[in-house]
Amino acid sequence: MSDNTISVPGVAPGWRAWLLSPTPGSRSQARLGRWFRSWLAFRRNPLAMTGLTIVLALVLMAVAAPLLSSEHEATFQSLPDRLQYFSLAHPFGTDELGRDILARVLFGARVTLLIVAMVTVIVVPIGLGIGLPSGYFGGWLDAVLMRITDIFLAFPQLVLALAFAAALGPGIENAVIAIALTSWPPYARLARAETITRRRSEFVLAAELQGASWVRILWVQILPLCLPSVIIRLTLDMAGIILIAAGLGFLGLGAQPPMPEWGAMVSSGRSVLLDQWWVATIPGLAIFIVSLGFNLLGDGLRDVADPRSS
Amino acid sequence: MIQLESLTVSYGSGAVRIDAARDVSIRVAEGEAFGLVGESGSGKSTVLRAIAGLIPEASGRIALAGETLGPKRTRALRKLVQMVFQDPYGSLHPEQTVDQILAEPVAIHRLGNADRRVAQALTEVGLGTEHRFRFPHQLSGGQRQRVAIARALILEPRILLLDEPTSALDVSVQAEILNLLTRLRRDHGLTMLMVSHDLAVIAHLCDQLAVMRGGEIVERTTADRLAVGETEHPYTAELLRSNEGFKRG
Amino acid sequence: MLTVRDLRVTFPTDRGEFVAVRDVSFSLGRERLGIVGESGSGKSTTGRAIMGLLPPAARVQAAELSLGKTDLRGLAPRDYRHLRGKRMAMVLQDPRYALNPSISVGRQIAETHRMHLHSTRKAARLAALEMLEAVQIRDPQRVYDLYPHEVSGGMGQRAMIAMMLIADPEILIADEPTSALDVTVQLQILTILDDLVRSRGMGLILISHNLHLVASFCDRVLVMYAGRVVENCPARELSEARHPYTRGLLAALPSLTHRRAELPQLRRDPAWLTDEVAGT
Repeated sequence: MSDNTISVPGVAPGWRAWLLSPTPGSRSQARLGRWFRSWLAFRRNPLAMTGLTIVLALVLMAVAAPLLSSEHEATFQSLPDRLQYFSLAHPFGTDELGRDILARVLFGARVTLLIVAMVTVIVVPIGLGIGLPSGYFGGWLDAVLMRITDIFLAFPQLVLALAFAAALGPGIENAVIAIALTSWPPYARLARAETITRRRSEFVLAAELQGASWVRILWVQILPLCLPSVIIRLTLDMAGIILIAAGLGFLGLGAQPPMPEWGAMVSSGRSVLLDQWWVATIPGLAIFIVSLGFNLLGDGLRDVADPRSS
Repeated sequence: MIQLESLTVSYGSGAVRIDAARDVSIRVAEGEAFGLVGESGSGKSTVLRAIAGLIPEASGRIALAGETLGPKRTRALRKLVQMVFQDPYGSLHPEQTVDQILAEPVAIHRLGNADRRVAQALTEVGLGTEHRFRFPHQLSGGQRQRVAIARALILEPRILLLDEPTSALDVSVQAEILNLLTRLRRDHGLTMLMVSHDLAVIAHLCDQLAVMRGGEIVERTTADRLAVGETEHPYTAELLRSNEGFKRG
Repeated sequence: MLTVRDLRVTFPTDRGEFVAVRDVSFSLGRERLGIVGESGSGKSTTGRAIMGLLPPAARVQAAELSLGKTDLRGLAPRDYRHLRGKRMAMVLQDPRYALNPSISVGRQIAETHRMHLHSTRKAARLAALEMLEAVQIRDPQRVYDLYPHEVSGGMGQRAMIAMMLIADPEILIADEPTSALDVTVQLQILTILDDLVRSRGMGLILISHNLHLVASFCDRVLVMYAGRVVENCPARELSEARHPYTRGLLAALPSLTHRRAELPQLRRDPAWLTDEVAGT
């Protein structure tokens, strides 16, 4: 990469100088340089860094779960070993069916990550797909799209999830779909508001003058400006989504046994909470830490995107 | 090249009807620079935007290069006429590099050779390659306005519309941009229509000009007549006086 | 009345200190002083430094900075607040940002009067109406009850001037007071400002980017470049300015009577950043 470096007097060549170069030599260098500057600002915020560390740890846990433990261990029942306290063989003890809690928490990270990914994949495209045209065109299209949004906003999340579970059968996928279907309306409104503030911008007028189609204007000009606030919002919402997924698991409508989902683990541990507290507390702690991590990360991202608020 | 006949733009109807432009007729020959002078609310920018096709409500006849235009513009017509806006901060996308901003029109019109065209457009407006991959916030006001001019020129239009292109700039930068526009008109045979509140700026670039007030043209004159202080309408005389600065009465 | 000697304003940045104003010296009597310069020249920062309106991060140093007998250096924010409006006032470019949007124009003027002169409600109202008349607002009774968003730019700027002058300050700093206004309205506002400042024997500092305007309105002109005063001369001699920067700026202005195919472009000489000031 460094062969592209434009030598600046007094600045040692290297990847840092390359990234911070005021005269980038290529589009990707300019883009990376911008990200790197944001990263430098982000790095100065200790709480945000804590959040990022937690979220990265979650990803790492999910990826490394088979190395640290095994699928077999997470679901293997051994009634003689049930409800054991912390030991070398079972660092976090065992649950009421004698399964290793550490292994279940590790594999539970995969489930949590699945929820995060699925909600993102469903919510962001729907929210943007409705919000951008609504804000850009206004008029009757805006009215229709926003009324649809209002209708979805009026569905109580848990009730819809219950209905879904009843209709399609309980399961983590159905639970996530139910959550996603009731979560996108705020994103549509956010994208619409961002679009409205930008659609009369002169750079959008210039694109119209060049003959760009509306799809192109939304995609090239407006979407990149809406994305940061959508991502920040999503990160902040993620804690709530994880909690709802856990709640559904707790009610028995989310992940089904023997899937190691944290909410379901808390649920199964509640009957022995007083005598064997760790069975419910360990997965509960995992939920708590990950939710906190997403919140801190979201706050940090917001501070970087909008320096005035910090 | 540009022909306007009874251009009228009005908003609302009945008692709340506001005419942003009323019965405006202009004729600009090929290669000529024509100026519209007026204060805020005079309708000068409305006329410019109507020609650009940004105001679908406009009535009257707009003809460019001999072709009468409807509210829908084809891509070829878009290529014919381009515009430079007043605010060099608002007219460039904040998250795109100069390179992306200039490559976008090339991609829209599928002109090909984007790399060469972008480099050429930058040279044309006097920007070096070191500016090519910068973001707008890394450029000065004058450099941004050069990028905006390059973006308009990259489609090789025959008509350039200028909406107060220098009023947000410092005097020394204004001179550079005005010189650039003079050179571009000469080199490319561009037809220019410029709007400004500054009589001296208009008269510098344009031989023919019209003074607008309240949506109407009140006087058509030439830079030469203004130079000797000849005016017909009292409003033009007032503008001319304002241009000379403050006089203690 | 106002004496500024070796004024220096610095702002801390990521890459060390940024000197926005350096070694600026001038004094102001009962006259109109113009400060011209391009964006970033430090002209507005100078005005704000005198008014004590810079953000707390800015560092203001001066060998002397005094209004009459009052030393302005290191003045407590409370004392500065007391001084502003009563002895020194400032008119900004856009009255819409400077006026409180939720209080009627007249009441804001009256409040200023009450605050600084401790007058009764009734006396303040009368004074405000009188002041609105003085800035040539035709129907003061009606305008008194209007809110800032209901008045035009020119009217708002008159109201702003009325509010700034009601406590009879000794000096007025006008920072681009007419730049947001139409050219024909600009001259009306300046005429009003000129009449009031002269009849009250005030000192006026007009900060502007417009050379013509400053040259025709003021008695004396300071030209600033990169935080320094490069030219200090009587306004009527501005056309014979000595400094190449001033001359370059004047030449770069398009002229109605003297049309040129090309405008001479300003070449910035690094020596201007260190040269001794001409004409002081």
